[in-house]
Amino acid sequence: MSNSLSPGDWLALLTHFLSLSLLAVGGAITTVPDMHRTLVDQHQWLSDGQFNAAIALAQAAPGPNVLFVALLGWQVGLNAGGGLVTSTAAWGYAMLGLLLAMMGILVPSTTLTFAASRWAHQNRELRAVRAFKQGLAPVVVALLVATGWILTANQGEALTHWPLWLLTISVTLLVWRTRVHLLWLLGAGALLGGLGWV
Amino acid sequence: MSASRAHKHPDLARPEPAGRVERPDSLRSLFCAFTWLALQGFGGVVAVVQREMVENRRWLTREQFVEDWAVAQVLPGPNVVNLSLMIGDRYFGWRGGLVALAGMLTFPLLIVLALAGVFAGVSDLPQVQGALRGMSAVAAGMIVATGLKMLPALKTNVLGTPWCWAMATLTFVAIALLRLPLIWVLAVLGGGSGLWAYRQLEAMAQGQAKP
Repeated sequence: MSNSLSPGDWLALLTHFLSLSLLAVGGAITTVPDMHRTLVDQHQWLSDGQFNAAIALAQAAPGPNVLFVALLGWQVGLNAGGGLVTSTAAWGYAMLGLLLAMMGILVPSTTLTFAASRWAHQNRELRAVRAFKQGLAPVVVALLVATGWILTANQGEALTHWPLWLLTISVTLLVWRTRVHLLWLLGAGALLGGLGWV
Repeated sequence: MSASRAHKHPDLARPEPAGRVERPDSLRSLFCAFTWLALQGFGGVVAVVQREMVENRRWLTREQFVEDWAVAQVLPGPNVVNLSLMIGDRYFGWRGGLVALAGMLTFPLLIVLALAGVFAGVSDLPQVQGALRGMSAVAAGMIVATGLKMLPALKTNVLGTPWCWAMATLTFVAIALLRLPLIWVLAVLGGGSGLWAYRQLEAMAQGQAKP
């Protein structure tokens, strides 16, 4: 594990995320293999375990999943500053890593989104723009269902893990058909899991 | 470009719903709304965005939500981040976009950093592992339900109901069962579907000329 990073290394960290930003169709999570290759294998700026923990934590925490990139940058900076938040310097490096990583992953894609969505809105009467949105509608609706399906299937076989599947199916019906608050459902899921019932 | 004019030219294929559409009254309420929905979004923020924006606050109709989501999905970058940027921009221009983005990221970022500090000590506890497993199962159901709730928005689609169902089924099979890469599915199925929609809109325009 490297103890400090040169200015060139910090720049490399920024440009790595900048280069991935516009490739991340479907979310930053789709570029994880590339991040692992560069940050862990090539530069060894953080360990395998730290890399996986960053992704798992961002999944478990509230907010967009892209926050795992912030955690990656934070951890890279922390490692560069000695590994623990024991000094202002280490904290400063961690903040620097976090900012560079988030700027890198977000600035190109949000700039493009901003420009493209404005253009599409101003030209919303154009046949091509309407066809684009109308044509994609069934595809993106099905994508959501498919994403939920993949998350469900990743939990394990339906027969052996039937309590988890039952929980997912019940939540699907409740959210689809009622307006029960989503936080109650998440709390119930945490409780059922914590007690070892699912 | 003020977005308040957005409703003056309703598309023919996208009729305004009967329900009233509200709008955020200030940048502060925009920030609070996005902070609140981000803090509820465990593992699937899009479910909360749909619930808060369409059902609770009514800043978007179901149809607008599907269209914005389509754009946010096709463009690179985190989908919900793109979506919040678009919604903020629609109501308050670029400042709104940045405020919505800040709302989406600020508090969740602080929480995830705090968690990273705490998690190192407790991540091996079976109770913690179990709670995460239960919350993931709930999040999966929330995302499926969000997709199901958007299905009625397809009724007014120019593709027509049979084609919508065909495209949706193909997409589900390609992603969920065959596990094909997203970018190819979007290019082939999304592209094909868009071309078909273009033909339909063209035919409708000609049909109006000679009934």
